[in-house]
Amino acid sequence: MTTQIKKPADYKLRRGINTALVYVFLFAFFAYFVVPLIWLLLASTKTNAGLFSTFGLWFGKDFNLLKNLQDLFAYDGGKFGLWIRNTAVYAATAAIGSSIISTLAGYAFAKYRFAGRNVMFALVLASTFIPATVFAVPLFLMMSKSGLSNSLWAVILPGLVNPFGVYLMRVYAAEAIPDDLLDAARVDGANDYMTFFAISLRLLAPGFVTVLLFAFVGAWNNYFLPLLLLTDRKVYLLTTGLAYWNSLAAQPGVNQVLYVLVITGSVVAVLPIMILFLFLQRYWQSGLTLGSVTG
Amino acid sequence: MEFAEIPETGISSAYMPPAKRRLNWSILSRKMVPYIFLTPFLIGYLVFTVYPLVYAFGMSLYTKKIIGGTVFAGIANYIKVFKDGNFWEGIRNVLIFGSFQIPVMLGMALIFALILDSVNLRRPTIFRLGFFLPFAVPSVVAALMWGYWYGQAFGPIAQIFTALGLEPPIFLTGKTILPAMANISIWQFTGYNMLILFAALKAIPPELYEAATVDGANAWQMAWWIRIPLIRPAVILTIIFSVNGTLQLFNEPNVLTVVAPSIINLHYTPNIYLYNLAFRSTQFEYSAAMAFTLALVSSILASLVLFLSRRNQGESR
Repeated sequence: MTTQIKKPADYKLRRGINTALVYVFLFAFFAYFVVPLIWLLLASTKTNAGLFSTFGLWFGKDFNLLKNLQDLFAYDGGKFGLWIRNTAVYAATAAIGSSIISTLAGYAFAKYRFAGRNVMFALVLASTFIPATVFAVPLFLMMSKSGLSNSLWAVILPGLVNPFGVYLMRVYAAEAIPDDLLDAARVDGANDYMTFFAISLRLLAPGFVTVLLFAFVGAWNNYFLPLLLLTDRKVYLLTTGLAYWNSLAAQPGVNQVLYVLVITGSVVAVLPIMILFLFLQRYWQSGLTLGSVTG
Repeated sequence: MEFAEIPETGISSAYMPPAKRRLNWSILSRKMVPYIFLTPFLIGYLVFTVYPLVYAFGMSLYTKKIIGGTVFAGIANYIKVFKDGNFWEGIRNVLIFGSFQIPVMLGMALIFALILDSVNLRRPTIFRLGFFLPFAVPSVVAALMWGYWYGQAFGPIAQIFTALGLEPPIFLTGKTILPAMANISIWQFTGYNMLILFAALKAIPPELYEAATVDGANAWQMAWWIRIPLIRPAVILTIIFSVNGTLQLFNEPNVLTVVAPSIINLHYTPNIYLYNLAFRSTQFEYSAAMAFTLALVSSILASLVLFLSRRNQGESR
């Protein structure tokens, strides 16, 4: 009798302990992922002296965030504002352009059969595995020969080609647009372009936003190619600019005041992307689903 | 990779009114439709993917002579790369980095994905979002930030050790810098990989679990024998992408070089070496040959991953 009563209670207790352990485990790693960012936020509210003299994981004596922001945008003749503008123009143009181009191509691969389709698609996929390094030297030389180096076009134009976006849009279009719908439109006498703009485009919108989001984030965070192609400090991006200031700050002596500006600038660089991810959760999650399930 | 079967929709001329069908140009123009949709991409692909590849490969077959300018050299540059100790030292460094970073990152990602998928948590979104958050941080900012964390000047780790009366650890020494950099990548990409694996787990039809539950398998057995084998393709995909990323390690060492200039030298990773060859000493031809060699190493490693995964699969059957 006793064992019969004891067993479920014991089981329940063990389950309870297990669940508690799972929570402890998850919260420990939650801290690992989030605390460094909280530190960054806290550090951006300190004076440069406070950064060195107060404990990192709490506020300093003064709340200096607004002053830091003022200094950030005023430093070196307002370079930081320029870098934000450059980054925004580059990321928005490359992301919107590449998403439109990828949508058209992905739609063609998903909904049409034509000579060369499989070969072309295999090539597109293969190119997602080529290391970006291989393109570094030829792109640099192409851009300097055509006079485009040190203009934002040097990074925008290569950014318009997004093979992974084509892949995602193909998978998405294959699922989102029923063939019956296209056939019905054809019976009604609509030509393929009318059908695309009037019917397909609307169905592709969620996939488009997903590709757009990933392309935008990829461009916003890009460092390697911009470092090679944009060498004039006026056309630096946030990433190359912050890394440059950081290298100045590390030099002994005069520039140590830059540390707090690099930190404040990092917060400013990170926030737009975080906000995008928070508000567009549905889209990046569906993007990862598309990428993983069929890949 | 298998492509989904897509029913024919392109030229369904059966629906065409007979009068129109006679006009050849209209059928022709229908055949052109997919190519017109593809045109913008194909132009971009030719100009910014195919042409740079051909251009770089052609260039890699030449060398610059002090007298006589640029001359054809065949595979001389490639032989030079194979004999270049600095290049292989860089490869060794990134492999050490990867042998630590990839298993830890993907192991953690897999455990988190399994927990999120199989344990009924309150507010799982908080964990999903929190773990994914570092992916939104540019790798430059991540490297800057962790550089400060590792530092002695105002790094919180050193502060805590000092407050406890202990000697603060030094992170950026010759031996510890690779694990220290691996930690930055682990921090940044675990959540991303977790979500890829989580999405794959979500796609498993629940019927597949039922039989195992009836058999009385516990959560660990279910994970090991059913869930993980079913998301195998997604796991292999994440491994291949991680290996590819590891070989191209650049941003973190390039940012950390300002705090550890004596350790991160001009050829610390293949990409750093390449960058310095091309843009400090303008050896574009040699640099291009090195880039292709790196791509070759990368594809050999990716094939190795595929080969090993297939062989293991064969054994378990």
